[in-house]
Amino acid sequence: MRERNLLTLLAIVLLISFCLWVDLPQTKALNLQVGPVKLYREIEFRLGLDLQGGLQVVLEADVPPGEALRPESMDAARNIVQNRVDGMGVVEAVVQRQGERRILVELPGIANPDEAIATLKTTGRLEFVEAGLAQLPEGLKILTTYEVTPSLSITPTVTPEITPTATGEVTPALEMTPTPSLEVSPTPTSEVTLAVTPTLEATPTATLAPAATPELTPTITPGIAPTATPTPTQEISPTVRIYRTIMTGKHLRSAKVGSDEFGRPEIDFELTPEGTEIFAKYTREHVGEFLAIVLDGVVISCPRIREPITEGRGRITSEKGFTLEEARHLAVILQYGALPVPLKVIQVRSVGPALGQDALQKTLRAGIIGLIVVLTFMLSYYRVPGFLADLALISYGLINLAIYKFGIPGLFPGVTLSLPGITGFLLSTGMAVDANILIFERMKEELRQGRPLPVAIEAGFSRAWTSIRDSNLSTLLTCIVLYWFGSNFGASMVKGFAITLFIGVCVSMFTAITMTRTFFSFVFDLVGRFLEKRPWLLGI
Amino acid sequence: MYNLIEKRYWFFALSLLIIVPGLIAMGISLARFKAPWKLSVDFTGGTLMELRFEQKVSPERIYSIFMGLGYGDTTVQTTADEKTAIIRCKHLDEEAKAKVQGELRKEFGPFEELRYESIGPAVGKEVTRAATLATIAASFIIVSFIVFAFRKVPNAFRYGICAVIAMIHDVLVATGLFSIAGLLIGWEVDALFVTALLTVIGFSVQDTIVVFDRIRENTPKRRGEPFEVIVTRSLLETLHRSLVTQLNAMFVLIAILLFGGATIKQFATVLLVGLMSGTYSSIFNAVPLLVVWENREIQKFFARVFARSS
Repeated sequence: MRERNLLTLLAIVLLISFCLWVDLPQTKALNLQVGPVKLYREIEFRLGLDLQGGLQVVLEADVPPGEALRPESMDAARNIVQNRVDGMGVVEAVVQRQGERRILVELPGIANPDEAIATLKTTGRLEFVEAGLAQLPEGLKILTTYEVTPSLSITPTVTPEITPTATGEVTPALEMTPTPSLEVSPTPTSEVTLAVTPTLEATPTATLAPAATPELTPTITPGIAPTATPTPTQEISPTVRIYRTIMTGKHLRSAKVGSDEFGRPEIDFELTPEGTEIFAKYTREHVGEFLAIVLDGVVISCPRIREPITEGRGRITSEKGFTLEEARHLAVILQYGALPVPLKVIQVRSVGPALGQDALQKTLRAGIIGLIVVLTFMLSYYRVPGFLADLALISYGLINLAIYKFGIPGLFPGVTLSLPGITGFLLSTGMAVDANILIFERMKEELRQGRPLPVAIEAGFSRAWTSIRDSNLSTLLTCIVLYWFGSNFGASMVKGFAITLFIGVCVSMFTAITMTRTFFSFVFDLVGRFLEKRPWLLGI
Repeated sequence: MYNLIEKRYWFFALSLLIIVPGLIAMGISLARFKAPWKLSVDFTGGTLMELRFEQKVSPERIYSIFMGLGYGDTTVQTTADEKTAIIRCKHLDEEAKAKVQGELRKEFGPFEELRYESIGPAVGKEVTRAATLATIAASFIIVSFIVFAFRKVPNAFRYGICAVIAMIHDVLVATGLFSIAGLLIGWEVDALFVTALLTVIGFSVQDTIVVFDRIRENTPKRRGEPFEVIVTRSLLETLHRSLVTQLNAMFVLIAILLFGGATIKQFATVLLVGLMSGTYSSIFNAVPLLVVWENREIQKFFARVFARSS
C-alpha cells in the first residue's frame, strides 16, 4: 500500500513538473529525440479573437436560395479564400467551410477589417477588354462578352459545354469572328438572367472603384447575344454596349506589387505562355487603341497600347494612383484567381486589439484574485485538509493550463482561449473544490461521530463519490449541449466555454479525488497520530 | 434539530416574491420589444459598433447622422467619458458601413473601431432556433439523468419532477432578473446569456442531486423515522457543503464582476444569480416539495377547501 502510494505520488510529481514546464511563458516547443523516435510539438497559448483582437467573417454563396450549389465549387472558393488570406500575411488564420454554402474566416490581429473583408469577398474576375479608340474612365461599370456568358457555368441549368474551359478555346477569337461564347448562345431565358445577376452584383471593393457609374446598375441583365431572340420581357437598352473580352485572369501566371518610375505602387503581372501569345497578337494588331483592364465588371485601368507587348509581362497602373495597400490587395486577388461562386458577407464580428488586451488583463486579474480568495478560504476553513486541497487546486490549474497550451496528443491540438473560455475555467475550479468540500464535510461528520481518523478518511472518499459522480456527470452533459449550441457560427464563443468547462470537470475528477487521496494517505502516514490529537487542524 | 422543512410555505412564498416581478418584467418586455427580454443583434440580426472618438461626442448628434442616412431605428449610448459610443442599428453591408462611418468621421474626426458586429437577419433566426433547442435539450437531458440516477429509490419520478421544478425556478429567477435589467438599464440577451443560462441549468441540479443523494442514502438506514425527519436530517447534513461550495463559486464570480472586463460582466451576473438561486431552490424548494408530495398536502388542501364550500 505504502509503495503504491509512493509510486502514485512520484507520478503526480512528474506530471506536475511537466505541466509546470509547459506552462512557463518561455516554453515554446517540445523537441524530443529518443533514438529513432522524434517528437516535435509547438507549445503556445492561442488567444481567441476577443482577446487579441481580430476579425471573424462568415461568407455565404450569393446564389438564389433554391439553387443547388456544387460542393466542389464551394471547396474551390474556400481554397481561394485561404490563398488570399495567406497572401495577406495573416498568421494563424482560420478558413473553414460551414454547412453547404458558408465559409467562416477568422483573422487574428487584423488592423483594417474593412479592407480585409473587401479582399475576401471580391469575386476577382479579371478581364482584358477591347476598348477601341475611346478611353474608358476608371471606375466605369461595363458589360463584357466573357462576363455574360461563361459565368453562367455557375448554374447547373446550363449545359456542361459552357464551362470555363470553353472560354480557353474561345479566346483565340482574335480574328474578330463573332465570339464563340455567342455561338454557344444559350437562349437567355429567365433562369439564365437569374444566374447572371449575382455575378454582376459582386461589386469590387469600394476602395478600388469608388466612382462606379450609376446608369449601369447591376439589374441590367440583357440578353446579350445578338443571335438570340430577345424575349419580350427583356428590354435591351440601346446604350448598353457589350465589350469584347480578349483574355481573362486565367491567363495570368503571377501578379505582384511593384512601383513605377515615380515610385508609385503598381501591379506587375506575368502571363502564361498561352496568354503571352494572345496578348502579343492582339497588341500587335491594335497599336494605338485602348485596352481596358476590368475587375468584376469595373474598369480599373485603361491604358493605350503604345507598342506590341510580346514578352508576356505587363503592369497595371491607375491614373489616380493606387495606395500601397490597394495595390497589395489587388495583387493578392489577381494572384489566386477568381472565386467560382460569388460570396456575400452575412456576419461580421471584429474586436479592436485594445479592447481585447484590456479584457484579457482584467479577466486574468479577476481570476487570480478569485482563486487566491478560494485558496485562503479553503485553508482557513479546513486547515490541513484545506491545505492539501489547495495543493490539488493549484495542480489543477497547472494541468489545465498545460492542456490549453499543449493539447492532448492524439486527441486535440490545444485550446484557443477566449473570454468565455477563461470564465469556464474559473467556474470549473469551483467544481474542483466542490469535490473536496464534499469529501471533507463527510470526513468531519464521521470524525464527529467518533470514528478513528483513517476510517473517517476512507468513508469521506467513498461516500462522497456518488454525489461527485452524479453532479459532475450532469455538468458534462450540459457541456455537450453547450458545445453543440456553440457550433452555430452566431454563438461560436460559447464553444470555448463548453470546452474549458468540460476539460476542467474531467481534470477535477483526477486532482480532487486521486491526487488529494494520495496526498492524504501520505500525510497521515507521516503525521496521523499528531493530527488525531489536534482536531482543530482537521477543521473541527 | 432546527426544522427547516416546517417553514416550507414561507420559502415558497419568498421564491414567488422574487419570480413574480421578473414575470411582470417579461410581460412588459413582450409588449415593448416583442420578446420577453431585450434581444441583442445575435438574435435579431443587425449591427453593433463601439467607436472611440478623440473628442467628446453627443449621442443625439450621432443619432441624427444615422437618421439622416435613413437608419431611424438606431440607438446610441456613450460611456462615462463621452468619447466612446455604442451604436446599434439595423444590418449594414460593407458599403453602407463605409458611408455611415465616413459621415461620422467627417462630423467628429477620426475614431478607433473597438468592436464591430454585424449579423444578417437570417443568421439571427438560426441562432434563436439553436438557442431554444439547446435550452430544451439541456433541460430534457438533465431530467432524464436524474430519473435514471434515482431509479432505485422509491418514487424516482417524484425526485425528477421536484428537481425540474427547482430548475425552472432558477431559470425564471435568472431570466426574470435579466428582463428587469433589460427594462431598467438596457441589458440585452446575447449568445453568452444563453450559455450562462444553460450552465445554470446544469449547476442547478447539482445541489439538488447532493441532497437527494443523501436522502437516498438515509432512507434505508432509518426505516422507522417519518419521511419528514429523514429529509430534514439529510438537508442539515449537506447544508454545510452546499453553502461552502456556493461561497467558493461566489468568490470567483464576484471577483470577475468587480475586476473583470465589461464585456463579461452580464455573463458573470447571470451565473452568480443563477448559482445562488440554484442553491436556494435545492434546499428550500426541491426538498420541501418532496415532503409536500409525500404528505399529500395539496390533495388535503383541496379536500379542505371543498369540504368547507359544500
